[in-house]
Amino acid sequence: MNDAIVVEGLSKRFGKVQAVSELTFSVRQGELFGFLGPNGAGKTTTINMLTGLARPDAGAIRLGGIDCTNRPRAALHRIGVVPDESNLYPELTGFENLCFCAALYGLGKAERRARARELLDQFGLAPAADRKFGGYSKGMKRKLTIAAGIIHRPEILFLDEPTSGIDVASARQLRQRIADLHRAGTTIFLTTHYIEEAERLCGRIAFLVSGRIVRTDTVAHLIHPVHDKHVVQISCSTMPNNIGSRLLESFSGMEFTIRGHGVIRVEAGEPIRVGPLVRFLEEQGAEVAEARRMRPSLEDIFVQITGIEANALSKEKEKGGGGR
Amino acid sequence: MKRGIAFWNILVKDMRTYYLKPPNISWGLIFPLAWAGMFFIKSGESLESIRTLLPGVTAVAVLFGTTSMLAVTVTFEKKNRSFERLLTAPLPLELLMLAKTAGAILFGAANAFLPVLMASFLVDLSAVLWHVFVPAVILIAAASTFLGLFIAVAVSEVFEAQTFSNFFRFPMLFLCGLFFPVEKLPGVLQPLAYVLPLTYGADLLHGAVHGEHALPYSLDLFLLSAFGAGLFAASLWHIKRKWIL
Repeated sequence: MNDAIVVEGLSKRFGKVQAVSELTFSVRQGELFGFLGPNGAGKTTTINMLTGLARPDAGAIRLGGIDCTNRPRAALHRIGVVPDESNLYPELTGFENLCFCAALYGLGKAERRARARELLDQFGLAPAADRKFGGYSKGMKRKLTIAAGIIHRPEILFLDEPTSGIDVASARQLRQRIADLHRAGTTIFLTTHYIEEAERLCGRIAFLVSGRIVRTDTVAHLIHPVHDKHVVQISCSTMPNNIGSRLLESFSGMEFTIRGHGVIRVEAGEPIRVGPLVRFLEEQGAEVAEARRMRPSLEDIFVQITGIEANALSKEKEKGGGGR
Repeated sequence: MKRGIAFWNILVKDMRTYYLKPPNISWGLIFPLAWAGMFFIKSGESLESIRTLLPGVTAVAVLFGTTSMLAVTVTFEKKNRSFERLLTAPLPLELLMLAKTAGAILFGAANAFLPVLMASFLVDLSAVLWHVFVPAVILIAAASTFLGLFIAVAVSEVFEAQTFSNFFRFPMLFLCGLFFPVEKLPGVLQPLAYVLPLTYGADLLHGAVHGEHALPYSLDLFLLSAFGAGLFAASLWHIKRKWIL
């Protein structure tokens, strides 16, 4: 299968800050590729360079077989861009915004009106079609912005943090639409800081930290090393001091990680018996609120590879937007 | 054809969305109309002096109408990032910026005919050389629009664009021969007049309305066009260098 996106040695510096450093990756046609990393990792800078909004200092870019290295606007007719902020026109209605975006790609009047109505229906925005975009909720704005990005049926779609800062129901609906687009054959380049979202949607993922790709692989391959690992998470409302060392002394073959808010993470190569653990903790004076088995996830690998706590990753971003 | 659709829709969207924004109403419509009214009332004793004032008032209407528009259509969209949407559309940057400025040129040209309409009720304008007047208005509108674009792309806030525009607009009222000839300016200021595009536009308008002009029409038209092209090229360069980081 041909590569829809080919990036070689891409670098970008802003003053003294090296935003992106020697990125090399490719995205196959029809693939949903995830770019996962914390704020400031270089995700948006990368998308900006791929979509002609930023000029690389070094490196080469090919989109849909077109060399865009020295002609950054050469492939714009084949791509769709959904920026990290909803940047449609507040004075226009939802319908007018979509029609205008369709006109930018040269769609005729009848075609753009039909396409706008089709997308408003698909995204559940038909009842708000004649309301001004400025009065939409965050979730509605995000949906319309994504609809605008695909109005011309692009071969390659760049999605920058598509579900950031919106409500749970809207995020779920958007993820469903993204999965539908992928099934329909659109190549999707998605940046996100939500590990769960990347794991659920993407075929392959690149971990980006401080402007460098630290690992690229399929989700299945990434999770494989922890696939046979058994994990139990115990939440305690009160927890005595030095409980970690006492657990280590009493339970061989297990690893214990004490996290904030009374959470103990237990990992082992063999199945873990929860009962003895809970009894031991209670004997030591802990009040156990909950103990549950966890499925090893991409989060484990992300933390292992990058050293960045996944919770910190999400919380950092949520400061700027609403919850999920 | 596809590019034509995009061009037309950008133009229409800007006209519908921005022409009645407050900064545009105050600087682009009320201010030039107030100037025109003020001068015409002042000249009420001698109606024939309206002929002498008309070129200057027309140039003010065009200058303020066009430069005010760009502060809104470009700076405002740059600030709320909707300009990025245009930059990622498959259009040559030159065509995109022409679409963004065409509305202002039309608005400025239309503005010019408001004082003409007011004057037509007071004096006989049958002697006006319309074949000079109309191209002069269009070229003044284009050069002023591209001056507005040059300012708009260099700042990040709408109020900054209006303020910086005034640094150019108000001196031009006095330096460009709108209401008195450039030759009557102090000697040190006269060279300054000839580096401002409006000087050549005003010369054309004076020639068209009452027959007095300092330079040949062809030279005025050429220099006004050159200023317009130069300012447009400088604005494009600025966008490529500063906006596409």
